Amino acid sequence: MDYYIGLAQIIGIHTLLGLSAYAVLLTGQVSLAQAGFFAIGAYVGGMLTVLAGWHVLSGMIVAGLVAGVVATLVGFPALRVKGLMLVVATTAFGEAVRLFFFNFNYRIRRGDVLIGPSGGEGFRQIRFFQENGWSTIEMALFIWAIVILVLATLWWLDRSRAGTVWRAVGEDELAAQSAGVSITAVKVSAMGLGGVIAGLGGALYAHNTTHIEHAQFGVVLATFAIAYPILGGLTSVLGTLAAVVFIQGFLVEGLRFLGDWRNLLFGALIVLAMNLRPNGLLDASAVAALRRGLSFRRKGAAHARA
Amino acid sequence: MLELKGLSKHFGGVKAVDGVDLRVRKGEIVGLIGPNGSGKSTTVNLVCGVYPATAGRIMFEGADITRLAPHKRVRGGLARTFQNIRLFQRLTVWENLWVARNTAGQGEPRRLFGNWVGGQRAARASVEELLEFAGLHSKRDMVTGALAFGEQRRLEFARALAAEPRLLLLDEPAAGMNLEEIGDLRHRIVDLRRRGLAVLLIEHVMELVMGVSDRIAVLNFGRKIAEGSPAEIQAHPDVQAAYLGDAEV
Repeated sequence: MDYYIGLAQIIGIHTLLGLSAYAVLLTGQVSLAQAGFFAIGAYVGGMLTVLAGWHVLSGMIVAGLVAGVVATLVGFPALRVKGLMLVVATTAFGEAVRLFFFNFNYRIRRGDVLIGPSGGEGFRQIRFFQENGWSTIEMALFIWAIVILVLATLWWLDRSRAGTVWRAVGEDELAAQSAGVSITAVKVSAMGLGGVIAGLGGALYAHNTTHIEHAQFGVVLATFAIAYPILGGLTSVLGTLAAVVFIQGFLVEGLRFLGDWRNLLFGALIVLAMNLRPNGLLDASAVAALRRGLSFRRKGAAHARA
Repeated sequence: MLELKGLSKHFGGVKAVDGVDLRVRKGEIVGLIGPNGSGKSTTVNLVCGVYPATAGRIMFEGADITRLAPHKRVRGGLARTFQNIRLFQRLTVWENLWVARNTAGQGEPRRLFGNWVGGQRAARASVEELLEFAGLHSKRDMVTGALAFGEQRRLEFARALAAEPRLLLLDEPAAGMNLEEIGDLRHRIVDLRRRGLAVLLIEHVMELVMGVSDRIAVLNFGRKIAEGSPAEIQAHPDVQAAYLGDAEV
């Protein structure tokens, strides 16, 4: 049972990571900096609870805000580059963040032990949940409460005026600009929101694993972050959730019995999934079908739409 | 209301637009013609702010907008269409208009998330009108990429109007249209003048430009070589030389 609760926690945290990339991707920016924002959230959140003795909730909120501010600052220079150049630039930023934490040493003496981030050795003993006697199920519920909050916020944003404007920028910047949209405002705020979400996820991750180190926040994590929304399809936030469940639940955990063959199959299955559903697991027609199904149950008049 | 003073754009050594003076008055349709590569589209892109001007000034309603950000020019009342249609292909017809309508009339960059209640009802109503205008009411929820070519042209035209411009820049709106569609376009352009809008029309289809324009300016190699009424332009020797080639060479 604990195994499945643990899996639910991982899926929740990775969903936040994927959603942070989703928000940015909506405006047409392919960012590999999300793992960097995630790392900032993890370290800031961990330091606030461990060193400053904060509650995890307030520590997580501040971690999200710090990551959001950094992401906003990254958003401005990111405006100047597009496509592959943006991928390169954001990868470089993510690596810079990782190397910063590789060299980041800030330990204080508590009793007869040193606590805090310790460069390459990482940051151990982020034990807010354990020290306060949270059960694994309470931790999972806490994580999923945040995930659902973020999912709902993005769902609402997607369907609001701002969401339409964001997608318009993602489609064609010149046309959006000619429709009176400020590209700067849209892209930078998307980057900032993505940073906040990644920061929240990072803070939860730090408290969930209790031990973080620079190597966890490398290019691989950044690739996962961007793979979730792309594999899920950009039609709906639920696509990202579906992709995380598919990758973390099915590919990473479900195929564990295959041993070393798993890694081989992992890549092959992602390629297969992209071939079978080139527009993502939940593409426009799947979302439309879902919605028809829902309205059929509500009104019993789905045929009226068709 | 629009005034270009010595407007120039140089790409390296190429003088795409070279010291062009041009005026468009309120409620006036001005045609801008010239052979391919004469600088017409570059002029539009300069007026919209896609490129920064190398030299010269752009005045709109008395204000110098030469250095103004492109989206602020749109909000200030200056909208355009594109030579090659640029719609948001994966958004619906309704959403295409909705994006443009929502930024209309905003003097400054505010309200990315604002304007929730009162403004939205008015905006929705005006999107309905635009759908009616473009004849796309029945296709409002269709993805734009699935529309026929002529419908896409009409939608782009309506999207430009959604920004509530006082001056509309039309960059070859008749390109790829059949005669019937050109006739329809002509009515729409004349209707804009009736509503008090000014239009700067760039076009290769001479029947259209000659038929609707109050005044026509001719560009060649980035310079304005003639300006006058359609009749004057048709009789102008320099214009004939630019289009047909110089008989004596």
